[in-house]
Amino acid sequence: MNRSGAPKRAAPVAALLVFACGGGSDRAQRSVIQNKGSDTLLNVAQAWAEAYREVAPDVAVSVTGGGSGTGISAMINGTVDIANSSRRMRDLEREAARSNGVEAVEFVVGYDALAVYLHEDNPIRSMTLAQIGSVYGEGGSAETWSDLGVAVPGCGSDEIVRVSRQNNSGTYVYFREAVLGEGDFKLGSRDMHGSKDVVDLVENTPCAIGYSGLAYATEHVRMPCIAAAEGEPCVAPTLTAAEDGSYPIARPLFMYTAGQPRGAVKAYVDWILSNEGQCVIRKRGYAPIEDVACG
Amino acid sequence: MKPAAALDAMDRRDLAWYADRAAQLLIFTGGLSAIVFVAAIFVFVTKEGLDFVFSALSLGEFFTSIAWRPTSSNPTYGALALIAGTASVTGLAMLVSVPLSLGAAVYIGEFATGKVREVLKVLVELLAAIPSVVWGFVGITIMKPLIEGVFGVPLGLGVLNAGIILGLMAAPIMATIAEDALKAVPDGYREAAEALGATRWEVVRKVVIPASRNGLLAAVLLGVGRGFGETMAVLMASGHAINLPTSPFDSVRALTATIAAELGDTAEGSAHYGSLFTLGILLFAVTFAINLTADLVVRGTRRK
Repeated sequence: MNRSGAPKRAAPVAALLVFACGGGSDRAQRSVIQNKGSDTLLNVAQAWAEAYREVAPDVAVSVTGGGSGTGISAMINGTVDIANSSRRMRDLEREAARSNGVEAVEFVVGYDALAVYLHEDNPIRSMTLAQIGSVYGEGGSAETWSDLGVAVPGCGSDEIVRVSRQNNSGTYVYFREAVLGEGDFKLGSRDMHGSKDVVDLVENTPCAIGYSGLAYATEHVRMPCIAAAEGEPCVAPTLTAAEDGSYPIARPLFMYTAGQPRGAVKAYVDWILSNEGQCVIRKRGYAPIEDVACG
Repeated sequence: MKPAAALDAMDRRDLAWYADRAAQLLIFTGGLSAIVFVAAIFVFVTKEGLDFVFSALSLGEFFTSIAWRPTSSNPTYGALALIAGTASVTGLAMLVSVPLSLGAAVYIGEFATGKVREVLKVLVELLAAIPSVVWGFVGITIMKPLIEGVFGVPLGLGVLNAGIILGLMAAPIMATIAEDALKAVPDGYREAAEALGATRWEVVRKVVIPASRNGLLAAVLLGVGRGFGETMAVLMASGHAINLPTSPFDSVRALTATIAAELGDTAEGSAHYGSLFTLGILLFAVTFAINLTADLVVRGTRRK
């Protein structure tokens, strides 16, 4: 080891000391909040952590992704203060946490509108949930674009290229519940590994249809308005529509704390639910829990 | 002659002696570690997967159904489409890489001389060092539009794309091993054939290749093993769709890619987690069998 290495190595040790002290005493020391989970929420969670540094300089929020399941597992094992999730915790998971002495408390921190994405040349402007179900659902009849009554320029084979997500992502699970109900997805969809990958693939493939969070929209894809049923109003995917509940496939985004939050964790969650915190999530392309006025 | 221990006792215990001992120990540990790691991986993978195999898995469903729905409300674990996906991509990859790599090996080993040979060798080794995610990127950004444009198919991610990418990835390693096999043929064989009036091509075709047949076969088998185990590039280029391929343009899903895509977000100890490790056991068994065969084949060459 050379000498110039010594000060660098001291830094993590100092951080550990701070971390160790933060838990035990009430003195005004830096406390660290461990925050982990959903990749959908990752961008927002990081933005919150960053903005919160201005509000409470003595609190450090450490954010990691890995997926909703990862965050919830960490909550069950008691290794995080706050778990982010884009799906509701299952009863089995709550039981598991309880048996480890952790009572998970749920907070809805925002809403994510799932948009259906089409190639920009696709002439479809509106879809019903039943139509989407016939494309994606097991036993659904729509295999070609002419089954939906359109011809898509640039898609010579007429085949509907279904783009989906890996089977344990929160987005996949929510879409299945909201659109297919009890049913399963048709096999043979292209299962992408990220929200952005879905939009990228649809953007470059005229025959494709996909679903992903509204926050990943680009200028080169088309997002049809969605009607809950034939004859009901067709609602375009917008933040406002997700907020007032008129858009049929908007899902709540959750944060779970280990027990009723106290101290620094409580202050952080309160701030996230305040106007200031909700403006951060709105700026990132998700709907706040209620209408907020942002500067 | 005195026994080794007695000889040891006569050595002088100076610095060089201790350094020698330390080096011996280090090398021994290094050699042993390979065995320890393989055994540890084997134990870990089977331990995580075996519970599931005995409790929830129906072998009939696993090998004959294509319905891989581990997160459904009534989950099914059919791996047939995943096995077919891996097999079809690997098969096509071999069609690409065998002629390429054997051709390259014969040229580098038997025809090229001097600078050309050195440069080619370095380039082939450099090609082997390209990370697989870069190959996957090539599959998405270059091969996909190319396949869509040339063949007019709706989506250029599938067996053809992944097979070509994987073939190009496996070729350099296969070429390096194949070239070693060619080099192992004694020069006396070549000289004898040339003395009998054979042309260079005849020497290669009738003497060198038959003599190194086992080594070449081992190179191909290792390439197959590489293809079977490759993950990232296949995940990106295959389209990752559960599908029994009927044409080279169909999207498929590989065993490895399924594990990579699903394991990260799966609760430890759940049935889904166990089923992914079952895929791991299958992969481990197949690659082990391939590598063992390759090894036995090479041993066959040496004994001759």
